[in-house]
Amino acid sequence: MTLPHAPILRITNLHKRYGDVEVLHGIDLAVQAGEVVVVIGPSGSGKSSLLACVNFLEPFHAGEVVFDGRPVGYGPAGGAMRQRVPEQALNLLRRELGMVFQQFNLFPHLTVLQNVTEAPIHVKGIAPAVARAEAMVLLDKVGLANKADSYPRALSGGQQQRIAIARALAMRPKLMLFDEVTSSLDPELKGEVLRVMRALAEEGMTMLVVTHELGFAREVADRVVFMEQGRIVEIGTPEAMFTAPQSARTREFLQASQHG
Amino acid sequence: MDFSFDVFLAAIPSLLKGMVITAKIAALSALVGLVLGTLGGLARVSPRRVLRLPALVYVTLMRATPVLVTLLFLYYGLPSAGLLLDATTVGVIALGITNGAYMSEILRGGIESIDGGQMRAARALGMSYPLAMRRIVLPQAARRVLPPVTNELISLIKNTSLVSTVAISDLLRAGMDFMSWKANTFSPFAGVALGYLLLTLPLIAINAWLEKRYRVT
Repeated sequence: MTLPHAPILRITNLHKRYGDVEVLHGIDLAVQAGEVVVVIGPSGSGKSSLLACVNFLEPFHAGEVVFDGRPVGYGPAGGAMRQRVPEQALNLLRRELGMVFQQFNLFPHLTVLQNVTEAPIHVKGIAPAVARAEAMVLLDKVGLANKADSYPRALSGGQQQRIAIARALAMRPKLMLFDEVTSSLDPELKGEVLRVMRALAEEGMTMLVVTHELGFAREVADRVVFMEQGRIVEIGTPEAMFTAPQSARTREFLQASQHG
Repeated sequence: MDFSFDVFLAAIPSLLKGMVITAKIAALSALVGLVLGTLGGLARVSPRRVLRLPALVYVTLMRATPVLVTLLFLYYGLPSAGLLLDATTVGVIALGITNGAYMSEILRGGIESIDGGQMRAARALGMSYPLAMRRIVLPQAARRVLPPVTNELISLIKNTSLVSTVAISDLLRAGMDFMSWKANTFSPFAGVALGYLLLTLPLIAINAWLEKRYRVT
């Protein structure tokens, strides 16, 4: 079968080290437009490092990341010849790559509305009135239009994370990266964030999600990736992964997670 | 105790003149210090070594040298290097570059106290490093450095008294001159102390107002 389009994101043989410790040992992964890919795996498996390489918040040491046909981080010439992509090109790429963090990272000195309009106005140069109107639509979508004038510290973790999603969406990204976005939330607050993500997936947003929420992976993912020790162990549909995992390691992980 | 209210009153006009000079030198060197401190602080946290290194040398050098030594070094040294500047300018330079070094370190501390997630989030939204610094990190750091910056400015006002050593008729010099003239120590010096207090009070008030207005989060 031939794919109708080139993937929106293609990661090829990605290697990353922290000092002498190699955390990614050659990752190959492609994400198609409209696809929801969920990465699961034990802590320290390199899932979050992988995400940080996709928008080059973290440098990597070998391999290639190509987003929407453009190289991220380093130009096409690989190996010792590789050249850094100019900072400006990187900034342009990041406009189209939304990211949501485990720790929300809302801007505490700005109101909720200003958090959402900050980048559209000051990065894209959108007229403030237009940006505010669009932001209100997004805040309404995450159910927090009534909090527009609050400051982040006045909100619960779940609310803050929904604002962070709205903030990323305000740049109209082509791909959304979610980095363990429910991991620092109390169990009763996870649901509201997962609901927003589910709605986003149903609208056709392309998403690369790193999470410990296996239920979410099972119900929302088009494909699930199981990572361990910096390697992809297995990729498959949720049905295949959760009912008939190919690898013994995947099986063990799923069993431990479901009973632990 | 030789306090005399008459001498105190008689000293006021010349003390006021000295206060104006002190205020002028303090304001100008604060300006130099704030500009150098901002540039120095930003350079200290810069990802570029070509900026970090000179800033580190500057800060280390200026903090290691007593202001009085810097002042006298420039006052006697610059003319022998062929550069003739008036005493006030030399005073402003000496106080300004010293103050700038301390301000740099205060700002560096303030910037480093802001969670790294703020910069990451800003960059992930497509902001350039300078834009993220200006719009996201610095406004938060500014709130945190307000109390130490105020401290530093108060120190600066009081350190201006050192320029009395290089023939500038600042507040301290005016008091000392009056003391010799009237052969009375306490009265003019009470005025001098009061003068410094009056100069620092507005700063303290401004600090309190700013802190209330931009409450630290």
